[in-house]
Amino acid sequence: MTQPVLSVRDLKVEFVTRRGVLKAIDGVSFDIAPGEVLGVVGESGAGKSVTGSAVIGLIEPPGRIAGGEIRLKGERIDNLPPEAMRRIRGKRIGMIFQDPLTSLNPLYTVGEQLVETIRTHLPLSAGQARRRAIDLLAEVGIPAPERRIDGYPHEFSGGMRQRVVIALALCAEPELVIADEPTTALDVSVQAQIITLIKRLCAERGTAVMLVTHDMGVIAETADRVAVMYSGRIAEIGPVRDVVKRPLHPYAVGLMGAIPSLEGQADRLVQIRGSMPRLSAIPPGCAFHPRCERAFARCSVDRPSPLDRDGRKVACHLYDEAQAEAAS
Amino acid sequence: MLAFIIRRLVQSIGVLLAVAFIAFAMFRFVGDPVNQIVSIEASPEERAQIRESLGLNDPFVVQFARYVGRAAQLDFGISYQFRQPVTKLLGERMPATLELAFVSAVFALVVGIPMGVYTALRRDSWLAKLFQAVSLVGVSLPTFLIGILLIYVFAVTLGWLPSFGRGEVVRIGDWWTTGFLTASGLRALILPSITLGMFQMTLIMRLVRAEMLEVLRTDYIKFARARGLTRRAINFGHALKNTLVPVITITGLQLGSIIAFAIITETVFQWPGMGVLFLQAVQNVDIPIMAAYLLLIAFLFVVINLAVDLLYAVVDPRLKVSVRAA
Ligand SMILES: Nc1ncnc2c1ncn2[C@@H]1O[C@H](COP(=O)(O)OP(=O)(O)O)[C@@H](O)[C@H]1O
Ligand code: SF4
Ligand SMILES: [Mg+2]
Repeated sequence: MTQPVLSVRDLKVEFVTRRGVLKAIDGVSFDIAPGEVLGVVGESGAGKSVTGSAVIGLIEPPGRIAGGEIRLKGERIDNLPPEAMRRIRGKRIGMIFQDPLTSLNPLYTVGEQLVETIRTHLPLSAGQARRRAIDLLAEVGIPAPERRIDGYPHEFSGGMRQRVVIALALCAEPELVIADEPTTALDVSVQAQIITLIKRLCAERGTAVMLVTHDMGVIAETADRVAVMYSGRIAEIGPVRDVVKRPLHPYAVGLMGAIPSLEGQADRLVQIRGSMPRLSAIPPGCAFHPRCERAFARCSVDRPSPLDRDGRKVACHLYDEAQAEAAS
Repeated sequence: MLAFIIRRLVQSIGVLLAVAFIAFAMFRFVGDPVNQIVSIEASPEERAQIRESLGLNDPFVVQFARYVGRAAQLDFGISYQFRQPVTKLLGERMPATLELAFVSAVFALVVGIPMGVYTALRRDSWLAKLFQAVSLVGVSLPTFLIGILLIYVFAVTLGWLPSFGRGEVVRIGDWWTTGFLTASGLRALILPSITLGMFQMTLIMRLVRAEMLEVLRTDYIKFARARGLTRRAINFGHALKNTLVPVITITGLQLGSIIAFAIITETVFQWPGMGVLFLQAVQNVDIPIMAAYLLLIAFLFVVINLAVDLLYAVVDPRLKVSVRAA
C-alpha cells in the first residue's frame, strides 16, 4: 500500500472560552491517498473547516490542537515550530476558501499576489515568477492572462476570482489541496465549472484533495471517498459509491436521504428531526442519539468507536451488535 | 479623473462661498464698522459720509459680491486694531502656524502609526498596555494642560527647552520665515509640536490599532497565511497597507484641525502665529481679521480634503475605477 499523503489520527481540537473548553474536533482519524479526493460532508458546525484549519496549521488562539497526530507523507506536522509550518503552507498544502470575493487582498493586483506567493516558496526571479503566474492563470481558464495579470481583484467576477484563488493554491505544486466549500459563495451557473477545474488540475498533478462541501451531488461526482462528520466526529467514512448509495450510519442515511434523486422520488426525502447539538452541550455516548430513530439503551452511555464494516468505517453501535450477533 | 477633480472643485467653491457669507455676515451683525473707524465725538453727518464712502448703504448682495471679489484677490480690508492690511498681518504670522502644524502632524504620524501597529500586533505585551494607557491620557487631557505640564517639566524644572516663542528665525523670500534652520528655532518647536500633536497622535494610534485588528481578521489575511507568506509580509505588506487607507483620510482631516486648534497651543507657548492674532481680534472685535482667519481656515480645510481624496484614489485601486467612472 502506498503511503498516504495525509494521515490524521485521533485529532482533537479545543476552543478555550469563558464558558469552558469546547471540543470542536474530538477524535477524528482519516487518510488521504496520493491523487485521491476525499469529500467531507456534514451539517454546518460539524467541524469540517476546523479540521481543514488544523491540517494546514491555522488554528489560532483561543483554539488549540489538544491531541492526536497529523502526518504529511509520514512526517508529523502538527507539532512543527511556526516557521517550519509556514514553509509547508502554500508549498506542500494549498488551501481554497469559500468566498473568493474576500480571499484576495483588494490593494494588490492578482499578479502581485501570485508572484509574491510563488517567490515565497520557489527560487525564481521576478520575471520567471511572472511567467509562471501567467501560465497558471491560463491554466485555470482566465482569458487573456498576459493582460489580466495586472488587474485588481475587483475587476474580476466571482467565478474568475475563485479561479485566481485556485491558481494561488496550486502555484507551488502542493501535494494536498484543502478546498473548503469552494463553490458555496458562487453563482450556481459557475459552481460545476469550478469543481471540474479543481478536479482536473489536481488529477493532472496527482494532487490529493480534501473537498469540503454541502453539495452531495458534487461529492457523488467528484470524490473517491467521503467522510460524514457529526459534532466533531466522523460518523462514517468510506468509498463514495457505498456511502452515498447504501449509507450505514443512521446520520449518513438521513443526510443522503436529504438529497432529492434525479427522478424526483419524494420518498427518499427524509428529514433528520432536530438539529446538531451546540459544542457546549454534546450529549454523552453517541452524539447523535437524541436525534437517532434507531437509538437504544447503550447509545446514550457508550461512545461508539469506528468499526470496519463493508469496506468502510462506521461509528455506530448497531453494527457492533450485528457483529456480536454474527459472532454468537 | 478630470471630471472628478472638477466636481470636487465646484463643491469646494460652494463651501468657501458659504463660509464667506458667514464671515461677511459678521460685519453686518457684530457691531457697527463705522464705530471702529471714527471717534466717539463724530457727528451724525460725518458718520453718514463714512457710511457712504465705505459702501455700507449699498444693497446686501452688492456688498457681499464686493467682499468676495476682494477676498479672491487676497484683500481682506484693514484691521481695526492695527490699522494695517489684514493680509499682511496674517501673512506675517502664517509661517509660524504652518510650521508648527506641519511638525505636529509629522510627530503624530511618525509616533502614532508605529505605536498603533505595535499595540495591534503585540496586544498582550506590557508595552502595548502601557501605550494604551498613555493614549487614554493623551485623549482625555486638555491641550493647555499638556502644554503647561511640558513647560513645567522641560522648561522650568529641567531647563532643557524654551517655554515660549519661536527662537531665531530665518527669512526666506518675501513671505516666509522659518525656524527650521537654526538650533534655537528647532528647539523652540519641540514642546509646542508635542502639545499640539498629542491628541492627534493618540487618535492615530488608536485608529491604526483598531483598523489593524479589524484587517487581521479578514479573509484575505487568513488566505495570505494559508499561502505561507511570511509574518512580515502579512503584517506589513498586506495588513498595514489596508489599514492605512482609512488612516490617510482621518489624518488628512486632522491636519485641518491641527491648524485650527493651534490657537490654544500658540497661546500657551506665546507662539507668534495666526491663532494668537485671531484671539486678539476676538477680544477687540477686530472683524476683518476674524473674517479673514475664518476664510483662511476654511480654505485650508477644503484644499486638504481635496488632496486627501486624490491620495485616497491613488492608494486604493477600487476607487480609481469609480473615480474614473464619475
Ligand atoms: N474561533 C472559534 N472559537 C470558538 N468556536 C469555534 C471557533 N471556530 C469554530 N468554532 C466552533 O467549532 C465548531 C466547528 O466549526 P466549523 O469547523 O467551522 O464547522 P463547519 O463544519 O460548518 O465548517 C462549531 O461549533 C464552531 O462554533
Ligand atoms: S450509535 Fe446509536 S444513536 Fe448513534 S447512530 Fe448508532 S444507533 Fe443511532
Ligand atoms: Mg465551514
